[in-house]
Amino acid sequence: MSRAPAGPWTTGRLVELDRPSDRLVRLRFDVDNRVDHLPGQHYVLRLRAEDGYTAQRSYSIASEPADPLLELMVECLPGGEVSGFMHDVAEPGDVFELRGPIGGWFVWEGDVTAVCVGGGSGVVPLVSMLRHARRLGASDRLRVVAVARSLEELPYAHELLDAGAFVALTRENLGDRIAHPPYPEEVAPLAEEVERAYVCGSVGFASFATRLLGEVGVRSELIRVEQFGATG
Amino acid sequence: MPVTRGFGSGRRRGRPERLPPGQYDTGMDWPVLTAEAQPELDPEQWTMTVDGLVDRPQTWSWRELHALPGSTYFGDIHCVTTWSKLDTTFGGISIDTLLDLAGPRPEAAYAMAHSTTGYTTNLPFADISGGRAWLVWDYEGRPLAAEHGGPVRLLVPHLYFWKSAKWVTRLELMAADRPGFWEQNGYHDRGDPWLEQRYQGDP
Repeated sequence: MSRAPAGPWTTGRLVELDRPSDRLVRLRFDVDNRVDHLPGQHYVLRLRAEDGYTAQRSYSIASEPADPLLELMVECLPGGEVSGFMHDVAEPGDVFELRGPIGGWFVWEGDVTAVCVGGGSGVVPLVSMLRHARRLGASDRLRVVAVARSLEELPYAHELLDAGAFVALTRENLGDRIAHPPYPEEVAPLAEEVERAYVCGSVGFASFATRLLGEVGVRSELIRVEQFGATG
Repeated sequence: MPVTRGFGSGRRRGRPERLPPGQYDTGMDWPVLTAEAQPELDPEQWTMTVDGLVDRPQTWSWRELHALPGSTYFGDIHCVTTWSKLDTTFGGISIDTLLDLAGPRPEAAYAMAHSTTGYTTNLPFADISGGRAWLVWDYEGRPLAAEHGGPVRLLVPHLYFWKSAKWVTRLELMAADRPGFWEQNGYHDRGDPWLEQRYQGDP
């Protein structure tokens, strides 16, 4: 693989902000001197106080490279210094320090057939991949399994369903499907003959999903994992 | 760089003088980050090798390493994802012990740490010698958990934690630097948290 694009610190103006649920805030930035990303990469968002104190966190990119704006979907964590600020205080027109794109491992460029398993806000980079796949006309190469407790808690729930993702809800029924984590027989057809697998979610979710992929015959060396802890 | 409207430093936690720039104190939490499926490693099958530019390339079993003099690290660790964890205790052996047995050649200026998973990370030789690096299997007096790299990981606490390779199995000493896994993927070749060397291109 050629080296993934990387960008230095820059600034971006928040152009759009909405709150699809109590715990999610969707942010769209107009980034100065933006370096185009690959689906799956992330950005660092930095807040700066008057006394020079800074706080920064990494967030996966939801937008596709062709989108003129950069879209992040931030889950608001209890006591989250950056996520809480973006949820409660940030407004369109505010300018932020941004750095990215970053990361060259958890990326999908449309070149290989892949199965992706995302849990909760772990679906965000998969949304970027899905949008990119649609633009390339390569949607048949990307199979997505999205897992969440409820549709309300699943970022981009309707976009994922419209794109043909398999959605497994664990705490509420969805159509005929009774609430349950994804079963191997549900994932097996999506994992057939894939050249790569992507897993994104919390630590507990990532270990569940890598085990599930193993059960349906995906070799561990094909699996690329992006994990996040409750790190605010 | 612009000040963020409405953002104050009032919510800062922990002991600021011990936090490198851009880091926060994660408290009791220890977030886990890995890029690959977590391996199930049997200590009886696992070995540790030091080779490359050394006079006596060597491989040790789990038991042989435990027979060497132990060493403990007490202090802080810093992850590039911006958490720091203060006052940790790790038990194992000093990398110096292995280096003394293997005999590094004068031209050994860098090292590549290799994990059983294929993960690699590159380090200057100066950063893994002189009492600055460990091979550890205990955390807070208990066996290191698999998600934190157990049964055994490298510990280089003065650098960002991706340098402390989980499931390490080999240290290869080299004359010239070459990038490891994250370093090929945009992260810094040295990774000093106090200099904020997070990504390629940082000072």
